[in-house]
Amino acid sequence: MSAVPGTTSPAAALRRRSVGRRKATDITVKVFSWIGAWFGIVAMGFLVYEVVIRGAVAWNWAFFTQSTPQDVTSTAGGFANAIVGTFAVTGVAALMAIPTGFLGGVYLAEFGRNGRLAMAVRMIANVVMGVPSIVVGVFAFAILVKPLHHYSGFAGSVALAFIMLPVMARTTEDILNLVPNELRESGLAMGAARWKVTLGVVCKAARGGLITGATLAIVRVAGETAPLLFTALSSPYWLTGLFGPSGFFGGPVANLTKTIYDFSGSPYPHFQTLAWGGALLIIVAVLGMNILVRLIFQRGKEW
Amino acid sequence: MKKSARSWRLMLLVAAVLAVAALAVAVAGCGGSSTTDASGTPAPAISGFTPAPMTADTILGAGASFPAPLYMKWGSDYNGVAGVKLNYQSIGSGGGISAIEAKTVDFGASDAPLEQTELEANGLAQFPMVVGGVVLVVNLDGVADGQLKLTPDVLASIYMGKTTMWNDASITKLNAGVKLPASKINVVHRSDGSGTTWIFTHYLTDAAGSIWTAGADKEIPWPVGIGGKGSEGVATSVQQLSGSIGYVEYAYAKQTGMTTTQLQNKEGAWVKPSIASFTSAAKNADWKASLPSMYMVLVNQPGQATWPITGASFILVQKDQADASRAKTMFTFFDWGYSNGATAATSLDYVPIPASVYDLVEKQVWPTLTVSGTPVWP
Amino acid sequence: MSTVDLEVKPTSSGPRGAANAAPRGHRLGIGDPLFRVLATVCGITVAVAMFGLAGVLIYDSWPAITGLGTKMLTTVAWSPSQGEYGALAALVGTALSTLVAMVIAVPLALVIALLLVELVHPAVSRVVGTAIEMLAAIPSIVYGMVGLFVIVPYVQDHLVPWLLTTPLANVPGIKPGLQFQGGGLSIFTAGVVLAIMVLPFITAVSRDVLKMVPQVTKEAGYGMGSTTWEVMRKISMRYANSGIVGAVFIGLGRALGETMAVAYLIGSVYTDLPRSLFDPGTSIASLIANQFSEATRTLDLSALIELGLILFVITVLFQIAAQAWLRRVQRVTGGRA
Repeated sequence: MSAVPGTTSPAAALRRRSVGRRKATDITVKVFSWIGAWFGIVAMGFLVYEVVIRGAVAWNWAFFTQSTPQDVTSTAGGFANAIVGTFAVTGVAALMAIPTGFLGGVYLAEFGRNGRLAMAVRMIANVVMGVPSIVVGVFAFAILVKPLHHYSGFAGSVALAFIMLPVMARTTEDILNLVPNELRESGLAMGAARWKVTLGVVCKAARGGLITGATLAIVRVAGETAPLLFTALSSPYWLTGLFGPSGFFGGPVANLTKTIYDFSGSPYPHFQTLAWGGALLIIVAVLGMNILVRLIFQRGKEW
Repeated sequence: MKKSARSWRLMLLVAAVLAVAALAVAVAGCGGSSTTDASGTPAPAISGFTPAPMTADTILGAGASFPAPLYMKWGSDYNGVAGVKLNYQSIGSGGGISAIEAKTVDFGASDAPLEQTELEANGLAQFPMVVGGVVLVVNLDGVADGQLKLTPDVLASIYMGKTTMWNDASITKLNAGVKLPASKINVVHRSDGSGTTWIFTHYLTDAAGSIWTAGADKEIPWPVGIGGKGSEGVATSVQQLSGSIGYVEYAYAKQTGMTTTQLQNKEGAWVKPSIASFTSAAKNADWKASLPSMYMVLVNQPGQATWPITGASFILVQKDQADASRAKTMFTFFDWGYSNGATAATSLDYVPIPASVYDLVEKQVWPTLTVSGTPVWP
Repeated sequence: MSTVDLEVKPTSSGPRGAANAAPRGHRLGIGDPLFRVLATVCGITVAVAMFGLAGVLIYDSWPAITGLGTKMLTTVAWSPSQGEYGALAALVGTALSTLVAMVIAVPLALVIALLLVELVHPAVSRVVGTAIEMLAAIPSIVYGMVGLFVIVPYVQDHLVPWLLTTPLANVPGIKPGLQFQGGGLSIFTAGVVLAIMVLPFITAVSRDVLKMVPQVTKEAGYGMGSTTWEVMRKISMRYANSGIVGAVFIGLGRALGETMAVAYLIGSVYTDLPRSLFDPGTSIASLIANQFSEATRTLDLSALIELGLILFVITVLFQIAAQAWLRRVQRVTGGRA
């Protein structure tokens, strides 16, 4: 028996040998971690790089001012009408979904809280957030395109609003829950009305997060294609008016994502280039807004 | 406490009732019938939804990708001439047929003509707008455009999955001097319902019926092959996959510089795709006998210079038009296409419909189209 | 807690002095209840929207449900022109592509989360973490396009030919099936791109969850002589178990429903079950996207909507399972987990 128990027995020898193995495993995993992280970063960089390389070529004055070309032999044209269309469709969707979602989130955070109805709403919102966007598109088709016998930008807006609604509600709830109760209590203790406290105090305190949430919800939805496939479809023309065949409620509306989808499947190089240009625009807008919004509103906070 | 708690519950109840009422009104106003009317009776004006006065400056069409390059060029040219806009969605012949049956478009375009019974069942009229050729495109290193030779039997065998390698004896036999790789043939076909498929499969059935047993339709259960969406999708897939073969409308192949093949036609001659070879196929077709439906299959036509996979592309319209001004705009556009669109057509390697056939269309088919009883044309 | 009945003497804050004459309780008659009702109605709208969606889908797929019965779930091929409405090929394709995506993404995400939490300086962790989260912001058509023009030729021309020269070529699942067309447009390519798409979701949640493991506990492990990996595996992941599972569910849901990227990359073969990862196939979402514009007859359209309903039901079931799992574990661990 040695002086220090456990250092010369066969068990100790075993432990010493296995230390080497444990270290080896540890190093292997660390290496994989680094590889994995690099893979993620490289994937990200690669995606952006490819889109920039292929899409920057398309960015010229015509791209932003002319409507999509129809002639397969042409080398002119741009994405301007699609850009306008996306603004319109997403904008109307936001008008419908943001206030409703916001108030729904207020309900969940302030009034319902842990009541049965609120729990049910919360769970349903979580479930709806997982519904594939193509199913939402089919739904919008079934209620707004089929019965009316025509496609419309409005149907597209409804589909997008459907997707935005639960996202906005849950985001609002999460943000409002972060506001300390003391703020609410002090407002109420002053004798202010409940709605004034909620809107004027709590929301004001949380407005950074709320604006972030709303912006990110809108931006995320602006990049969706599937909901627009059978609702707003696409158009080579400018959005004109409300009810005419090129109008918002009356007919197909050009939009970025569907147009990119159409053009990227085209074998004509010019159309493919335009598609990449559109893809670059979307990436710049989406990534740009994401980064911008975080920089402005979450400086100093945990990301 | 009690008073305001009661009052907010009461208000909630009132709000709920109002919301349900509003919803009911909205549904009643906008909905009407929400199932597709398969019997094809003309739809009443959409209730509760009053469009602004029709400016009739946009024509909405959808359907075949086969003539899409031409229709879109016509639309672009016509816009310069008459200020009218054409919005053509290339969604496949199947899509065009369903769109015109559902009345979500002004006209549908299909390369697979409908039979008279189906036309009558859905209250549609049909007429040919342009003739074009379906060609095979390949992606093979070292094979030049128009170099590879294929017979209908070999083609059928490839698409049946029986011939799987490029250096198969049946192919090399026809192509002495062409370096064919010892690799698998990657087959590309359409994933959507397509008149191009209809033409192609009719050709295979007609010219190689002993080998081709998968049928002839807009959409068939393909024995092998990847599906591309639209002719554009097939062309792009062939561009991206080495060692692949696909069938597309000639304009796609020519405009993108893809490698086409030669085919052996009915007379046993080797032909390359060209305007002349398509025209040769269309020349002898008996359109008069095809009235009133104008159903016509142009594959495997006789003639030394004939390209064997030729087809006409058709326009489908509602017999009973809903809006006089839109109908007038649309048919003026078609008239322009027949009379003035020949240059654009030939520039994209389509064959314009001969004037004599247009005469038939204008005199026999268009007079049957009406708006609330009065003929649309002239 | 309601304070609306507190009798507070109005403060004479200048301009509002006169308006403050009446006791507060009366003045609040309309504002509060109205606000509460409005908020509640908006909250309920979310729930109503979902039931509306389900209802419309069922209503519009009814002709197919009654006409086809259970045939859709047992037939392989989707071929409306032949009267065949089989969803099996699509279901298998969806399952396989999702499986490939998960098998790639989950270990990768965990290992990246480990790095972000344990192995790098917090500032670096923030930058790297943000870069990976940005992957989530890229729209799926971009994934589809880059996949089609860059990854497809690579797989077709380099990866698969090389793979077929190795012994792996005979492993069932890799061995090319009848429908094999080079492997460029295939379940594999779609799965790989899907993996990159769901990676940021799983990574972000895993990282957040791993960060919540109490430092003390981890230090106890280190103090015993454990390696970083052992602490992660035996301590952190036990704590973060449920959160990680929740993250996987989120990624899974996303992969199941992804439409555009898959439509570009999976090959669109509706007639056969894929026998190999490198065979082309189809998924429910991409089948609907491709076929929807051509539904010629009522039954065609109805069958497609029924497919949408099936996808809806699958994702809802997964979501409910995820929620139930999370709640059960929260009950057991008493809160943060």
